[in-house]
Amino acid sequence: MLANRRLLSPLFGLMFIVGMACLVLSTRAGSKRDSANPKLADGLAAWEQVYSVLVSPRCINCHTATNYPQQGDDRHRHFANVIRGREGRGVPALSCIGCHQEVNAESTGVPGGPDWHLAPLSMRWQDTNNRPLSSAAVCRSVTDRAKNENMDGRALLTHHQEAALVLWAWNPGRRLDGSMRTPPPLAHEQFVTATRTWVEAGTPCPRAK
Amino acid sequence: MATYQLNVNGQTKKVDADPSTPLLWVLREELKMTGTKYGCGISACGACTVHLNGVATRSCIVPVSLIGNQKITTIEGVGADPVGRAVQNAWVEKDVVQCGYCQSGQIMSAVALLKATTKPTDTNIEESMGGNLCRCATYVRIREAIKRAAEQLT
Ligand code: FES
Ligand code: FES
Repeated sequence: MLANRRLLSPLFGLMFIVGMACLVLSTRAGSKRDSANPKLADGLAAWEQVYSVLVSPRCINCHTATNYPQQGDDRHRHFANVIRGREGRGVPALSCIGCHQEVNAESTGVPGGPDWHLAPLSMRWQDTNNRPLSSAAVCRSVTDRAKNENMDGRALLTHHQEAALVLWAWNPGRRLDGSMRTPPPLAHEQFVTATRTWVEAGTPCPRAK
Repeated sequence: MATYQLNVNGQTKKVDADPSTPLLWVLREELKMTGTKYGCGISACGACTVHLNGVATRSCIVPVSLIGNQKITTIEGVGADPVGRAVQNAWVEKDVVQCGYCQSGQIMSAVALLKATTKPTDTNIEESMGGNLCRCATYVRIREAIKRAAEQLT
């Protein structure tokens, strides 16, 4: 027993030293990685700005995980029994474009834009209880080319700059009572700038908590 | 006020209207085509359904200024189409109508459904017709008539 202990204690000591060395080395490797990519922190901060827009009602109401779109700043279920349909465009006699025209209908309070439709389920940014997904989870799906229609960083930037339904969020028109719909929390230029910073940093995603 | 040339049931109709006027009121008030009904005015009931380029559309919420040269089909013209005719015949055969107020919209929606889905299931019918309300609750007969029209068309 005693002999065993004598043998084991230097072994534990050695393991401790090796373990500490690994820890120090891995920390240094991490800081090396950060210094090799000084944009990482900026990129992650920029992503949080992008995320704040993506989960705002003008965007997330059509990025649902459910069988229906949402509407309003309280993100309630779309009225009139509207459902997603096979391609996110409603169903034959109850299609999105059966009400939503190519532009906002200001006199009747119906928002509109070209080819009005829901985002595919692969781009859902909510859970099935309509709670927004975390920043890390949304980032992972936005950057997953198997889910995002094969868009790389550049294509994501162009999408945020130019896609008609993205642009609609900053021109959401008036409600039936004549008041303006709430736009996303950043101006479109700020959103594009944040996207560019994030893309130039290599589209980093925060760690899942 | 502005002047619009509308293509309604294959004919060109000239109307003077305020650009913000919903198509429903242009049809009913200017063109005196009262087959298309007003139920809610906020796209919640389907009574005002017409087709715009074949798409079942709520005419109560589409301002006339957004119509352009799209082809408008109303309940007055839908019978000229084989699917429309089959649906109207099935409606008569199954004696669908009670008060009738919602039925123009029901027929326009049913035609849109059958043009997209030749053999609709109960689920297809419930989903597609789910936005057309009927205070007289003729839903069961509507479903039977849609299936009957589908049979007639195949
Ligand atoms: S009157 Fe248009 S949907 Fe009710
Ligand atoms: S038949 Fe009366 S509302 Fe439908």
